[in-house]
Parts: sequence; structure tokens; C-alpha cells
Amino acid sequence: MNTLLRRRISNVIAFAMSTLATLIGLAVLVAILWTLLSRGFGALSTTVFTQMTPAPGSNGGLLNAIFGSLVMTLLGIVIGAPIGLLAGTYLAEYGRRTKLASVVRFINDVQLSAPSIIMGMFVYTLVVATMGHFSAIAGAIALSMIALPVMVRTTEDMLNLVPKSMRDGSAGLGAQPWRTIMNIVYPAARNGLVTGVLLSIARISGETAPLLFTALNNQFWNSNLNKPMANLPVVIFQFAMSPYKDWQQLAWVGALLITLFVLTLSIAARAISSLFGQHSNPGE
Amino acid sequence: MNSQVQTLKARLQREARIEGVFRTATKASAIFVLVLLAGVIVSLVIGSWPAFKTFKFAFVTGEKWNPVTEVFGALAPLYGTVATSVIALLIAVPLSFGIAVFLTETCPRWLRGPISMAIELLASVPSIVYGIWGLFVLAPILQHTIQPWMIEHLGPLPVIGGLFKGPPFGIGLLTAGVVLAIMVLPFVTSVMREVFRMAPLSLKEAAYGLGATQWNVVWDVVLPWSRAGVIGGIMLGLGRALGETMAVTFVIGNSHRIATSLLAPSTTISASIANEFAEAEGDLHTSALIGLGLLLFILTFCVIAGARFLLMRLERGSMQRS
Repeated sequence: MNTLLRRRISNVIAFAMSTLATLIGLAVLVAILWTLLSRGFGALSTTVFTQMTPAPGSNGGLLNAIFGSLVMTLLGIVIGAPIGLLAGTYLAEYGRRTKLASVVRFINDVQLSAPSIIMGMFVYTLVVATMGHFSAIAGAIALSMIALPVMVRTTEDMLNLVPKSMRDGSAGLGAQPWRTIMNIVYPAARNGLVTGVLLSIARISGETAPLLFTALNNQFWNSNLNKPMANLPVVIFQFAMSPYKDWQQLAWVGALLITLFVLTLSIAARAISSLFGQHSNPGE
Repeated sequence: MNSQVQTLKARLQREARIEGVFRTATKASAIFVLVLLAGVIVSLVIGSWPAFKTFKFAFVTGEKWNPVTEVFGALAPLYGTVATSVIALLIAVPLSFGIAVFLTETCPRWLRGPISMAIELLASVPSIVYGIWGLFVLAPILQHTIQPWMIEHLGPLPVIGGLFKGPPFGIGLLTAGVVLAIMVLPFVTSVMREVFRMAPLSLKEAAYGLGATQWNVVWDVVLPWSRAGVIGGIMLGLGRALGETMAVTFVIGNSHRIATSLLAPSTTISASIANEFAEAEGDLHTSALIGLGLLLFILTFCVIAGARFLLMRLERGSMQRS
């Protein structure tokens, strides 16, 4: 009887602890969002979007940094997404069970969690050292290499959700595999592929480490891809670590903007992919 | 008639040609993933060659890091990297286990979706945000309340006392470890949740039939069954913690020395690179930083590859069973 009681008590304690762990996890999320809102929201004004990053002690905004982040993220996706889409297509369609596909799958999964700062160093030696100066294009290349594994993984997963019978039907009509992929598989997986792109954007738009020594930073407006370009993450880093109160304030605003952007994208990606899940297997 | 056959033939040939091009393009892109990794390895090895040639093995075992006298040893950042990651896992693993158990066992069904989504959102918060939050919110809390308590109560203890000595800086190994713990938490949780869910129902029902409590089932049946996956998940978290850069750079204190106290400022490989690489003067300094990058790469690659290997085997196993 005693052991039964003891087991019941340990049962209650264990599940109380697990509930507590969950509450701690949720509390941290709330704490971070709350800090961002309370410190960033008050300073959010139109000047943030209309003025350049200031010198210490003067007023300014984040316009050049926001512009730079948008340009480099977009460019990173434009370079990374097509390669990732094709590689993911190889894994899901042509390669499938080949030795090459399983090696690529494994290496890609490893790169998915590899430190992004190493990509920054790689692009530094490859692009910045060769060209002799920091540039926005180097930053975009570094970001594209971080987006690549995300695209490869989601593309393969999403294409695998498309039922084989649809491919067989197309092949039975005499279509070459590429036509089947273009006209049947991609359209069927469209929402899933969009999810992949959104997730990749979410992943790279907050990345700081790979930009530190590729795009560097720029206090002024710059739309030349061949020159150093301001970007939100590096500006946040620089401003937050500075001793100036007004710079730190802008860093909080930047952090709020980036977090809102990334969280919105992740939630949108989730919503789209859950819709896709219902459409792809109506019978199941 | 003949011309129609001709055009059809031409069209089929064109389709077949495009097929060849498309197939090659997909294969080339897949190979590009491998080439990229090879490129990273080659560039790290070439870049770090001067540092390894100058300091030989002392580059890994040396404690001094001095850009002025050009003496570079990686031991301090290596120690910082491992120490912060271990602290992170000590905090994150029990929490993740608790959350995973809550989500698979205790949680009402309707709450499952929202809660797992909230936990996963922790993974999409950019690391720079963790950094700024850690520096301005977490560090002061640790400095003014938790660290003084630790110094007073844990400091005098034998053996572990040395870990909690010295003034409360706020920034340092402990703070970096706590921030890292929050960052790896969602990754470890999601892997644990997945593998717990894979545990066969028949096994659990058999245990319940023997009179086991729900906790007995989790601890004595589900956990042993999913051991490989749990270890894989923890290693995945470790890989993330080892390589995380920005959040750590904010709160580590950037001091090149090996401190026994967890409250002291230190540095990690990634933080050293982030702080010094763009401003490195002299080729040897740059080369030494790339050497740090190579060490980090080897460390994380082994850990993550091990994790993926464990998880892949588990996935394949569950596919064969079902």
C-alpha cells in the first residue's frame, strides 16, 4: 500500500514539474515579447522610417538599415531559393533512393544547424578578400547560403506529400518527368513551396553573424551593391553595444521591427502549410 | 500527314532535350550542396594554415591570445564555448523534457497546438534579439539577485564553491549559458516530443495493464524506448549552442582568459570571431581567427552529424515497423 501511495505521489509531483517547465518556457517568450514592446514601441515613430541612422547624440531613424536588410534578404532568396528548389526536386523526384541523394540529404541536414558565422568567414575569404572590399553582394551571397539548406529540406518534404498516383497519371499520358514536375507536382505543392520560401526569408532576415564581415555596415544611404550596406541586425548590434542612450533606443526599435517581421512570417508559413496539409491528402 | 508526324517528332525531341537539361540542373544543384561544404572546409584549412604552422599544436593548447605580440592560443575560447554549452544543456534538457512530457501526456488536446506553437516561436526569435534582451534585461537580474545569492550560499561549499566565486559581473559564462539554454530549448523540445509520440501504443498499454502510473510509463517505458532519439535531440541542441554567435557575443564579456568561476566574463570561439574578425590587423591574427573557425566547424560538425545519424536511424526504424 505504501509503495502505491509513493508511486501516486511521485506521479503527481512529476506532472506538476512538467507543467511548471512548460510555464517557464511560455513565461520566457512572454518576457521577451513584452520587453520588446515596452522598450521599442514607445520610440516607434515615422522618423524611424524616414531618416538615416544618426551620429551619436543627434536624431535619426533606421531607413538605410531597413532598406539594406530588405535588399540583401531579397537578393539572398533570389540566389538561394532556385538552387534549393532544384536540389530539393532532385532529392524528391530524380534521386530519391540513390547514394548521392542520401549523402546530400545528410550533409544538408547538418548544414541546417551549422554555425552561420562560419558561412560569413567563408564568403569573406571567397568574395570580400578577392574583391578587396566589403559589399552588399557579399552579404547577400552569405545569406543565400544560409537560406539554401532550409529551401532544400522544405522542398523535399513538400514534394513528398504529393501523391504518387498524380505523377503516374501524368506519366501515363506520355509526359516527360520534367513536364510532370512543372505542370503537376509543383502546382500541387505550391503552398508548401511558398511556405519554404517564407521560412527561408524568416531564417535569414534576422541573421547577423554572416553579415558582420561581408556587408559590414554603412552609416549612410547606399543603393550600390558593390559597397558596404547598412542592415538592421548589424545596426542593432552596434547600437546596443554602444554607450549612447539614443543609439540603444534605436536598437530596441530595430529589434522590435525584426522580431515582428520574423514572427509574422513564421506564423504565416505555418498557416499556409496547415492549409496545404488538408488539401494534399483529402482522402486521409 | 507527313508534316504532322514531323512536327510531333520535333516536339517530342524538344521535350526530351529539356528533360535532359532539367534533370542535369537538379542534379547539379544537389551536388552544389556538397561542393559548398567542401569549399567551406578547404577555405578554412587554407586560411588557418599560417596559424597552425606558426604555433603547431600550441594553437589548440595555448592559453594566451594577444594580437599585439601576435601570440595566439585557442584554449580560452574553446573552454568558453564548451562551458557555456554545458551550462545551456544542464538548464535546457530538464526543461525540454518537462515540456515534451507535458505536451504528449498532460496537456488537454485543444491546448496542444497553441502551446507547441508558442514554444516553437522561441526558435524563430532572431539571435540578435536574445542578445539585446540578455544584455539589458537578463544580465541585470542575474547580477542583482541571483548571482549575489549564489556567491553567498554556493560559494562557501566545498568542490563546487569555486564555480561561484568573485564579484557578480552580470555578464559572463553563466549569463551566456542561460541565454543559450532558452535558444536551444525549442529544438530539444520538438525532437523529444516527436520521439515520445513515436513510442508504440501497445507497449504503453501493456505497462498500464501492469498497474503502472502515467509517470511510470513515461520514465520506465517511453524514455528507454526513445533513448536514441532523446540523445540525438540533446546533441542537436548542443550543436546549436556551440555555434551560436550573436546572443553570446552580447553577454559573454569578451575576455580572453580561462575563468574557473562561472560568474566571470569569458569568451567563446564564435564571440571572438564576431568581435575581432572585421578589425583583425596582421595576417597572423586573421589566420588565427580562421583557425578558431576551423576548430568550431570540426566540433559542431561532429556533434550535429552524430545527432542526425541517431535521428535518421530512428526514423528509418519507425518507418520499417509501421
